Amino acid sequence: MKNEEMLRTENLTFEYIRRDEEGNVEGITKAVDQVNLDVKRGEFIAILGHNGSGKSTLAKHFNALLYPTEGAVWVDGMNTQEDSHLWDIRQNAGMIFQNPDNQIIGQVVEEDVGFGPENMGVPTQEIWQRVEESLKAVGMYEYRKASPNHLSGGQKQRVSIAGVIAMHPKCIIMDEPTAMLDPNGRKEVIRAARALNEVEGITIILITHYMEEVIYADRIFVMDQGHVEMQGTPREIFSQVERLKELRLDVPQVTLLAYELKKRGLPVPDGILTRKELVDVLTRIYAQQT
Amino acid sequence: MLKDITLGQYYQTESKIHKLDPRVKIVATLLFIISLFVADNFTGYVIAAAFLTLEIRMSHVPLKFIMRGMKTIFFLLLITVVFNLFLTPGTALVHFWKLTITMEGLKLATMMAVRLVFLILGSSVMTLTTTPNHLTDGLESLMNPLKKLHVPVHEISMMMSIALRFIPILLEETDKIMKAQMARGADFESGSVIRRAKNLVPLLVPLFISAFRRANDLAMAMEARCYRGGEGRTKMKPLIYRKRDAVAYLTVLGYMVLMVVFGKILF
Repeated sequence: MKNEEMLRTENLTFEYIRRDEEGNVEGITKAVDQVNLDVKRGEFIAILGHNGSGKSTLAKHFNALLYPTEGAVWVDGMNTQEDSHLWDIRQNAGMIFQNPDNQIIGQVVEEDVGFGPENMGVPTQEIWQRVEESLKAVGMYEYRKASPNHLSGGQKQRVSIAGVIAMHPKCIIMDEPTAMLDPNGRKEVIRAARALNEVEGITIILITHYMEEVIYADRIFVMDQGHVEMQGTPREIFSQVERLKELRLDVPQVTLLAYELKKRGLPVPDGILTRKELVDVLTRIYAQQT
Repeated sequence: MLKDITLGQYYQTESKIHKLDPRVKIVATLLFIISLFVADNFTGYVIAAAFLTLEIRMSHVPLKFIMRGMKTIFFLLLITVVFNLFLTPGTALVHFWKLTITMEGLKLATMMAVRLVFLILGSSVMTLTTTPNHLTDGLESLMNPLKKLHVPVHEISMMMSIALRFIPILLEETDKIMKAQMARGADFESGSVIRRAKNLVPLLVPLFISAFRRANDLAMAMEARCYRGGEGRTKMKPLIYRKRDAVAYLTVLGYMVLMVVFGKILF
């Protein structure tokens, strides 16, 4: 499974054209500039970048909401610029947006989850089956009759995820799904995303600027000014603390602490990601020194 | 709380009327209203009253709740009655100062009042026993034939249900903006009407901007979930007529026959 290609971009460039009031071209902003990346089926990918780095623009290409100015995007082997594949692409690559309120259409949780399958023309019986499965997968089944207005942010975002799962996608693109949530809501959503990746084998592309959320990713792409500046495993990325700082990105607190300790002369390895790792390393060092 | 407001005025309970297909209820209400204007004698109104009583009884909605709807039309009712009472020419009945109450006026006023009250009661029973969602579904299904005349039936009903979903969200947002502006010294409560209307501008501008932004986001989210209009779409909760709906249709038909026969002929 893991070696099949899910998504690939080739020299993807997207330009925003800024116009003045008379409609003359004022300037061209390259939101995405010559991006080449590939994602294998079943991977958990994270895309990092500060505001305006082009990561959301990039994400919208994966779902054929935007089309490249130059280059091309393939989703599950289909070129997004071919109109005949449009609905297959949107079904295969589901998308979760930032604001949970603005992506829930139904007035009852179960109706919202059924919206995608309804659009695809799935028979009624099967819609109910899919809704039940999806709500159970994100742990929201007991809220199926509730009004979305009565749910917390994290719960709403899980409903949105269920709505996408009900379309049976191969890949889910999450465009800063946790940006508007409190810490608990963030945990809920990330837990749901990881479970989908591990249990159902759905490819996840998580776009975020919270470092804590990406340490479980298989691979990370770091974007800046439309370019992919760094890519690698979390450990590879977070061992380059200085480089990340240049790109105006934070590193997880534990990683930062390990980095500072190393700078002070302790033999701590690069790219520590979890608290447990650091504690283990420190106890070992302590044992050696006494 | 603002979150908890219910639209329309749905009254949650279990009853035979609640369970009916929304299409039946819409058609029945329309026919009932027509029947009120067809009938112009006493017998007709007795039949209508009996039908209405039966309907209200079966709906299990407390009478107090239904009567609430009457408050809003009280003034309209009063004006209608007064005008009809005093301004209808005919044989004088009571005469004082410059005003005359005529026999015809009295009859017309009573009739108009009864009509209005029945009309409001009848349509209240429909809105009280049907969720806004169901009403939209019912309307869409009933208006389906209009598609041939290129009326965008599906789009209209989608718009209605999205509006219903976003009203509480926008109300909450209004509340938030209002508090934010008040914290910065905006005054929404004092001054003349014109002054107050002018003060609403700093409330409305951000509200509109945010509504447009939401609309944009929502459209994108809908497209991302394969929304492409009503064509080829299936329904999660399709409207299916059951036996009880047929019974209800027959009852309404029976009522209409009674109304036409007795309401018109026996006078």
